[in-house]
Amino acid sequence: MSVGDYIRGSQIWKSIFRHPAPVDRRNRIVVMLTNFFLHLHPVSIKQQGIALSYTWCMGGITFFLFLVETITGVLLMFYYRPTLEFAFNDILALRDVTTLGIMREIHRWSAHAMVITVWLHMYRVFLTGSYKPPREFNWVIGVLLLVLTLLLSFTGYLLPWDQLAIWAITVGSNMARATPVLGYEGPGAQLLNIGGFDLITNGSDARFLLLGSRFVSEATLNRFYILHCVAIPLVVSLLIAIHFWRVRKDGGISQPL
Amino acid sequence: MQTNLLHNPDLTASVIFGLGWVYLLLFVMNSWWVRRSMAMDGDFRLRLGGLLGKGIDIPVAAFWAVYAAMLFVVAVTHLTRLNSPQVFLLKMPEILKAPINAGSNPVAFFVGSTTIYVAMIVFRKKWTTDTAGWILLNLSMLFMTLSVTDYDFRQIVGKPDNVPIVAMLYIVGFFTWLYFKKSVDNDQRKAEGRPLFEQENNEKVLTWPDLVYTELICMVVVTAILVAWGIVLQAPLEEPASAAKTPNPSKAPWYFLGLQEMLVYFDPWMAGVVLPSVILVGLMAIPYIDFNKLGNGYYTFNERKFAVSTFLFGFLPLWVAMIVLGTFLRGPNWNFFSPYEYWDVHKLEFLNNVNLSEWFWLSVCGQQLPVAPAGSSLNYQISMILLREWLGLVAVAAYLFALPPLMAATVFRKFFTKMGFLRYMVLANLMLFMMSLPIKMVLRWAINLKYIVAIPEWFFNI
Repeated sequence: MSVGDYIRGSQIWKSIFRHPAPVDRRNRIVVMLTNFFLHLHPVSIKQQGIALSYTWCMGGITFFLFLVETITGVLLMFYYRPTLEFAFNDILALRDVTTLGIMREIHRWSAHAMVITVWLHMYRVFLTGSYKPPREFNWVIGVLLLVLTLLLSFTGYLLPWDQLAIWAITVGSNMARATPVLGYEGPGAQLLNIGGFDLITNGSDARFLLLGSRFVSEATLNRFYILHCVAIPLVVSLLIAIHFWRVRKDGGISQPL
Repeated sequence: MQTNLLHNPDLTASVIFGLGWVYLLLFVMNSWWVRRSMAMDGDFRLRLGGLLGKGIDIPVAAFWAVYAAMLFVVAVTHLTRLNSPQVFLLKMPEILKAPINAGSNPVAFFVGSTTIYVAMIVFRKKWTTDTAGWILLNLSMLFMTLSVTDYDFRQIVGKPDNVPIVAMLYIVGFFTWLYFKKSVDNDQRKAEGRPLFEQENNEKVLTWPDLVYTELICMVVVTAILVAWGIVLQAPLEEPASAAKTPNPSKAPWYFLGLQEMLVYFDPWMAGVVLPSVILVGLMAIPYIDFNKLGNGYYTFNERKFAVSTFLFGFLPLWVAMIVLGTFLRGPNWNFFSPYEYWDVHKLEFLNNVNLSEWFWLSVCGQQLPVAPAGSSLNYQISMILLREWLGLVAVAAYLFALPPLMAATVFRKFFTKMGFLRYMVLANLMLFMMSLPIKMVLRWAINLKYIVAIPEWFFNI
């Protein structure tokens, strides 16, 4: 008996994989039903639903990039401290001295790639009319995921705390200053005042809510760090789960039921 | 500017060496194409205007072979370069740079990208053949490699954060090509009464192995690309943040540069808040306003002409092209710079834009703008502002409230009857908001219009 057979015959192995290897038709079906990760998929699937020239694989790659971001992100969190004192120097050290500092490169390039693959996934879904009934609502969830992907990327942009970071966030968040009614330089903000006392000032408007201060500061760094590492990923995970579940419940990635 | 060119050489040894590898890649790609052409393309009859009598048959592959051989020679020349970079001949010729630089401006860029968009749809049968696609790929790669020999071009395109955008252009281009190719095929099948491509070979297969292995291979390939990318290109890290030193230009992250470009034509409350919100709401509304049942689960253009054309217009000229413009062609002070132009901080652009109200009161009526005297009552001040801006306010109101019913009675008549009031109004308003950008652009370029409604007192400028 070979070592492989011995391992596969052991009680431990059998307790994890409760059936033989998926080499025949029966076990290929069983594996999809009994494996937690595989059960996201149906047992069988229409050929066009998995043809690369049809699907472009962009949704799957987006999800994979999200996983890459999570793994590299967690590793980076062990090292990086989001304070004015340490933020920039930690990134500098990641570049110059830290073992596996390449995690930062992979994290950043995956982030860029993820924005692009989300767009391409939506492009494909639109061009194949896959948002049509019964999948209307899953498209809406997809748009929310697009927004959250952009927000994830935007909040992460600040963390290196270099010139590129704070000025990109400054330019981007300056827009919030002009939010109608809720930004202190937005139309209608003057209407919100009590007895000549303005409710919307640069210390209470939408931009202040975003930054946690009147300009990009350490409070912003902390806020963006929490949003980037905890808050948004949690919401994204939930929406991804719903997104995938709906793909199954709506009868695959496209075509009428 | 001349001194600047002397200090920053167009070509260095490392650039030439790097380009050598690109040409080698092009050579390998085209060698493969020669083989494919031999098998598939057949012959081409060369007559030379009767000089050769009946003419001689030459395989099309021969032309590709000559081209590939030339690429090989060029690659070898780069990789074994003996003379100094200053006298190296293979670079973007000034004869080409000068007209490209002279002809580049925001107007040409937008008109050009819109023209390409229209041509893409009109000539969809022509440019989606394999050979046409291959020629386009080669031309664009040759353009890029030659352009990289320009110092200023290299500075912008070579920025680590800009590299993904270059990659995105090729990827978006490829998938657009693929979409049209598959649509043309399906539309042809439909016309001939044959089954659609997606209907043929659509048996059910087991997820293990057919899908699971595809996913595994995909993950391995993506991981390999990411690791290679991470090794070759270091993530950018500039000087430590300083609130006192504002970089010029200050740019948002690249995916927001289309929005930042809109700031040229709109105030922040429109470009940064209202229009992005409308884009997102509009995207979410798509499934609920597209009543067309056709084209679900297969590629087609003919069955969804309106939906696809509108989406492509929003995605390609108004989103992707705007990002390219904002990233590569907008320099210090958000001035426009041609692809081979030095980003001169002192470049002056004369802005003599006028508001609609100024044009109306000063030029047409020949009098001053109506102003409420200091100390007058609030109501009087408000009415003077409204009087000052009445033309613009009427124009905007007409655009938003008169146009939808007018379109319902004319161009969108069919839509209106099929969609019902509410869905039609959503569609009409989304279209109007989308078209507001090109309309504002054209007004700016044609008559230097700054704001249609200009009420800076209330931060209300349109």
